[in-house]
Amino acid sequence: MNEWLPLLIPATSLIAALIIFFVDEESRGLRTFVNLTTASLKVLLVVFLLIGVSRGENYRFTLPLFFGFEIVLHADALSLLFVSLSALLWLVTTIYAIGYMDVSHGHDRSRFFGFFSLCVSATTGIALAGNLFTFLVFYELLTITTYPLVTHRGGADAIKAGRIYLIYTLGGGALLLVAIVWLKSIVGAANFVTGGMLIPFVASHQLELTIIFTMLIIGFGVKAALIPLHGWLPVAMVAPAPVSALLHAVAVVKAGAFGIMRIVYDVYGPGVCTELGVRPWLAAAAAATIIYGSMRALRQDDFKRRLAYSTVSQVSYIILGAAIIGPLATVGGLVHLFHQGIMKITMFFVAGNLAEEVHIKKISQMNGLGRRMPITMASFSIAACAMVGIPPMAGFISKWYLGLGAIAAGQGWVVAVLLGSTLLNAAYFLPIVYRVWFKEPDVPFDPPENGRKLEIHLYLLIPPLFTALCVLAAGIFAGMPFSPLAWAKLIALREYGLQ
Amino acid sequence: MTQSSILIWPVLLPLIFGTVVFLIRGRSVLLLSLAGAIGTALASFRVSHAVHQSFTLVHEVGGWGAPLGIVLRADGLAAVMLGLSGLVGLVISVYSLTYFKSGSRKQQLFWPIWLLLWGGLNGLFISGDIFNLYVTLELVSLGAIPLIALAGTRDAIKASLRYLLLALLGSMSYLFGVGLLYMRFGVLDLAMLGNAITPDLTAYAAIALMIGGLIIKSALFPMHFWLPPAHSSAPAPVSAALSGLVVTASFYMVARLWFYAFPALDLAKLGQLIGLLGCGAILWGGWQAMRQERLKMLVAYSTVSQIGYLFLVFPLCNTAVEGSGIAWSGSILFAVSHAIAKSGAFLAAGIFINVYGHDRISELRGAGRQLPMVTFAFALAGVNLMGLPPSGGFVGKWMLLKAAFITGQWGYGVVIVCGGLLAFCYIFRVLEQFMTTPDENAPQLKAPVVMTYSVLSLAVVAVSLGFFTPVLLGVLGVDSPVSLVSFAPEALLP
Repeated sequence: MNEWLPLLIPATSLIAALIIFFVDEESRGLRTFVNLTTASLKVLLVVFLLIGVSRGENYRFTLPLFFGFEIVLHADALSLLFVSLSALLWLVTTIYAIGYMDVSHGHDRSRFFGFFSLCVSATTGIALAGNLFTFLVFYELLTITTYPLVTHRGGADAIKAGRIYLIYTLGGGALLLVAIVWLKSIVGAANFVTGGMLIPFVASHQLELTIIFTMLIIGFGVKAALIPLHGWLPVAMVAPAPVSALLHAVAVVKAGAFGIMRIVYDVYGPGVCTELGVRPWLAAAAAATIIYGSMRALRQDDFKRRLAYSTVSQVSYIILGAAIIGPLATVGGLVHLFHQGIMKITMFFVAGNLAEEVHIKKISQMNGLGRRMPITMASFSIAACAMVGIPPMAGFISKWYLGLGAIAAGQGWVVAVLLGSTLLNAAYFLPIVYRVWFKEPDVPFDPPENGRKLEIHLYLLIPPLFTALCVLAAGIFAGMPFSPLAWAKLIALREYGLQ
Repeated sequence: MTQSSILIWPVLLPLIFGTVVFLIRGRSVLLLSLAGAIGTALASFRVSHAVHQSFTLVHEVGGWGAPLGIVLRADGLAAVMLGLSGLVGLVISVYSLTYFKSGSRKQQLFWPIWLLLWGGLNGLFISGDIFNLYVTLELVSLGAIPLIALAGTRDAIKASLRYLLLALLGSMSYLFGVGLLYMRFGVLDLAMLGNAITPDLTAYAAIALMIGGLIIKSALFPMHFWLPPAHSSAPAPVSAALSGLVVTASFYMVARLWFYAFPALDLAKLGQLIGLLGCGAILWGGWQAMRQERLKMLVAYSTVSQIGYLFLVFPLCNTAVEGSGIAWSGSILFAVSHAIAKSGAFLAAGIFINVYGHDRISELRGAGRQLPMVTFAFALAGVNLMGLPPSGGFVGKWMLLKAAFITGQWGYGVVIVCGGLLAFCYIFRVLEQFMTTPDENAPQLKAPVVMTYSVLSLAVVAVSLGFFTPVLLGVLGVDSPVSLVSFAPEALLP
C-alpha cells in the first residue's frame, strides 16, 4: 500500500484528464462531477499522506526503466509541502474554473479541463519526484501541458504569448537535460537524499559541479522567473484567469522554485553549496529579482501585469531562503512556498472576477469598487496586507523567518533587502486597497446580471474568499500542528539532521 | 513443426494474402486484406514474444542450412523490429480500410503491393545472410515505388522515378559489396562472415560499397534529397510506411552489418564520418522542416533530421569505452519510437488533407477546435519527435546524450540538443496554427472515425513508449552485440 500511494496522487488527475478529454462538450454535469470528485479525492489522499509522513512512514514507488534510471515517486516532508499546496489549490481553482467557463461562455471546455488536470498531475509528479530523472520527466510534461492552457483563447496575442512561453521554458528544459545527464555521468545515481549526496565528489569534480549547478539554476530559474529569465511571465497573462492563477500560485513558477530547493537541499546539500561558493551568487540573484520585480510592479497600471511582476518578486523569497545557510532561513523559504501560493491565487481570482463581472482590468479604474464587490475586494485586501507582511498574516511569518535566518547566518544585508521589498510591496498594493474602499467610483459599475443578489456567480465568489481565509488562518494559527509553518519546521529539522 | 518454424509466417502470410487479393475483386478484398494484416501482425508478435521468452530462433528453410540454404534468424534486434513492423503495419492497414475510396482502382492496387512490401520488410528483419538482405531490400523498394506513384499526381510520379533510380543505385552498390565479400571470404551467412572476415583491402572496399549504398537508401544527409518529395507526395498510409518502416529497415541493415558482420574490423574513422553526416542530417533536416509551407513536407524533413540521430550510434557506441553501449540501445529505441511517431504524424496529416483538401500549414488554422482528436494525436506524435518525456524519443535521446558524455564526444551532445530545439520550432509552428481560433464562418467538420482513432492509438503508444523501455530492452538484450546489463553507474556510488 505504501508503495502505491505516491503513484495514486498524480494518477488521480491523470485519469480525470483522460476521462474529460472524451466527455462531450455539452455534458457539463458529467465533467463537473469528474473534476470535483477527483480533486476532492486527491485532497483526502494528501491528508492521509501528511499524517503518515509526520509519523515517519516511508512512501516510495519505484519503476526501473533502464540501466539504473528509474521513475521514483517518494513522499517525503518537502514533497508533501508542495503536494498539499497543489492538491488544495487545484480543488479551489477547479471550482473557480467551472464558474469562470460558465460566466465567460468559454469554448473547448473538455480540452481546457483535460489539460488543466494533466497540468496538476505533472505538478504533483514534480513534487513527489524522488530523483532528478523523474523530476525532469514531470517538469517537461508540465511545460507541454500548460501550452494549450496559455494559448486557450486562440487569439494572436495568446499564440504569441504561448510562443514566448515555450521559447523560455523549452530552452530551460534543454539546459536541464544536458546538466542532469552530465551530473548523472559523474555521480551515477541521482536520487534525492536529504542533506545532499555530492560530498564524495566535491574534491575531484569541483569545476564540473559548479558549472552543472549554474546550468541547473538557470534551467529552473526560467520557470521560477529569476531575472533576467522572467520575460515570459508577464506576457503569459493573456491566459484565462484560472490558468494565470494556476501558473502563478501552484504550478509553473513553483515548480521552478521547488527545483532549486531540491538542487540545493537534496542533490548538492547545504554543505556542498557552501564549499563550491555558489550560495552568495544565488542569494544575489534572488535579492536582485526581489527588488527588480517590485520596482517593475510599481509602474504597472494593468492589474494582472502588476500581479505578474509581484510574482516575479515574491517567488524569489523562496529561492532566497534556499540560498541562505541555516535552518531558520530554510523555514522562511519553505513556508513562503505555501504562503505565496495562497496569497497570490487569491489575487488572481480577484483579477479574474473584476475582468468578468465589471470588465475592469486597470488599476486606475478600480476606484470605489468595494461597494460593488465587497466580498471580492475584502479577499483582495486580506491577501494584499498579507503580502506586504502585516502581522499576524501569512506573509509576515515568511519574512520574519527569512530575516531571522539571515541574521543568524550573519547576512545582515538580506534584512535590508527584505525591508526594501516590504516598502515596495506596500507601495504597490496598499494604494489599490485605499482606492477600492475610500475613493468614489468614477463611473457607475455594471450591475449584476438579471437580478442576481450575489456580487458575482457563486463559484467565482467562494474560491477567493476561501483562500483569503486560509491566508488569515495560516498566520494566526501558525503555531498549530500541521500549519504550513509547523510543516516547514519539520522539513528543516530533517534537512539539517537536527531531529 | 519445430518452434523455429514460426519464423516463416510473418513473411509468408502477407505474401499469400497479397497474391490472393491481387487476384480477386469486389468487397472481399478489404476483408481478406484485413485478415492478412491481422494475421501478419499476430505472427510477428508471436515471434517477438518467443524470442523474449527464450533465445534466438534460427530456422533453416526447407531443412537446408548455411552456407547453402536460406537461414532465417530472429535475435533480439530482429524481434524488436518485427514487433515494430507488426504494430505499425497493422495500424496502417486499419487506417487504409477507409482511406481509399471503396472499390476504386487505387484501393485495388494498394493492398497487394502493400502486403508484398510488408512481407519483404519482415523478411529483411529476419534474414540471416547478406544476400537475402539484398533480396528482401529489393522487394521492399519494388513495393515502395509503385505505392508512391499510386497518388497519381505529376509530383508523385516524378518523385517515384527519382526514388527508383536512387534505390537502384544503392542496391547495386550494396550488391557489388556483397559480391566482393563472397569472392574473398566465400560465405554469406552473417554469423559466419563475422568470424571469417579479416581486415584487408577487399573487406574495406566491400564495406564502403555496402554502407554507401545503404546510406543512399536510408536518406542520410547529404543523400536525403530524394526523400521529402517521395514521402510527401505519396498517399498518407504509404508515407507512413515509408518514413516509419522502410527507412528504418535500411538503417537496420547498416546496424546489422556493422555490429554483427564487421565487429572484427576497426571502423572508428568510418564511424566518425557517418556521425558527421548524422549531425548534418539532424541540423539540415530540422532547419528545412522549419521552413516548409506544407505539412507533409515538414514531416518528411523531420524524418531526414531524425534519421541523423539513428546514425549517431556508429561513433558513439565504442566497445572500447565501458558503458558507451548505451548508445546501441538508445539508437534502437529511437528508431522504434521514431517509426511509430512518424507514421502517426503522416497518418494525421493524411486526415487533414482528407478533410481540408490541402495541407498548407498556414491555412490549417483552428484545426484544434474543428478536429480536436486528430490534432491531439499529431501533438502526441510531435512530443515524441521533440524528444520530450515520457516518450520513447526522450529516452532514446537521453541514452545517446549519455553515451556522448561517457565517450567524451561533446560535439555530438551539442548537436543532439540543438536538433531537439529545432524540432520544438517546427512542431510548434504547426501546433500554433492548430491552436489559433478558426475563422468566424468556418464550417463544422467531422473527422473520419476509424482513421482518427487508429492514428490516436499509434500516437498514444509513441508517447508512452518510455514506460515500456524495460520490455524493449528485455527483447533487445537477447544475443545483443553489446552488453546491455553492465552499464555500471549505480556501482560507483559509495
